[in-house]
Amino acid sequence: MKIDEIAKLVDGQVTGAPADDVYEVQKAFASDLMSDVLRFSMDETVLITGLCNNQTMRTSEMADLRVVVIGRDKQPDAEMIALAEEMGITIIKSRYSIFKISGILYGAGIKPLY
Amino acid sequence: MHYTFDIERGNFSDAGQASSSVKRTLKQLGVDAADIKRTVVALFEAEINAVAHAYGGRIDVDIDPEKIVMVVADQGPGIPDIELAMQEGWSTASAKVREMGYGAGMGLPNIKKNTDELKIDTTVGVGTTVTMTVYLR
Repeated sequence: MKIDEIAKLVDGQVTGAPADDVYEVQKAFASDLMSDVLRFSMDETVLITGLCNNQTMRTSEMADLRVVVIGRDKQPDAEMIALAEEMGITIIKSRYSIFKISGILYGAGIKPLY
Repeated sequence: MHYTFDIERGNFSDAGQASSSVKRTLKQLGVDAADIKRTVVALFEAEINAVAHAYGGRIDVDIDPEKIVMVVADQGPGIPDIELAMQEGWSTASAKVREMGYGAGMGLPNIKKNTDELKIDTTVGVGTTVTMTVYLR
């Protein structure tokens, strides 16, 4: 699934690095715990999280994530957006809860990481 | 090649910068992607540990064609029971650290999983030095 399609499904707004229109997301992982994100391979994976700070971006960079959905209507600040741009990570902001975002994407065919 | 970075206590805004810089260097050197991931995840966890628990410290990274050796040395409370600290889920992180998304008790287990050699020298009340080696494929 393309990044823009994910944004549309979760009624989200794209910020940070521009959405790569070639990149295909196959799987999702939902977590607010960044060490759990670092436990798994995040190839072709979107991270769904309510954690909205610089560490979300730094962890995503280490995990080779390209796209992160920030739920619960959290608003990334300018520093976090600048980091995302620098790291090539697209942020999708959504006002939906993590559960709702996960349900929508699962229903649309995105697979769980495990 | 040798790189040195300083660790500042409680500075979560910059925590991870050293790992980020090492990641860029390894990419430029054309190191295998899986080896980069193992190296930077281990270094990142150690960096976060030092920022979260210690009063300051230093990171030294040596890169050669066969291996990467990373030493994260902090001045801090030390680890009273390493066996317990190595257990998944065990954590002494503060509420502030947990708010940042850490403190799940996965730091040291993640480091062990991603490195080929791990040595922890710690003295309670003095500090901890974590030495991590990743052999390149």
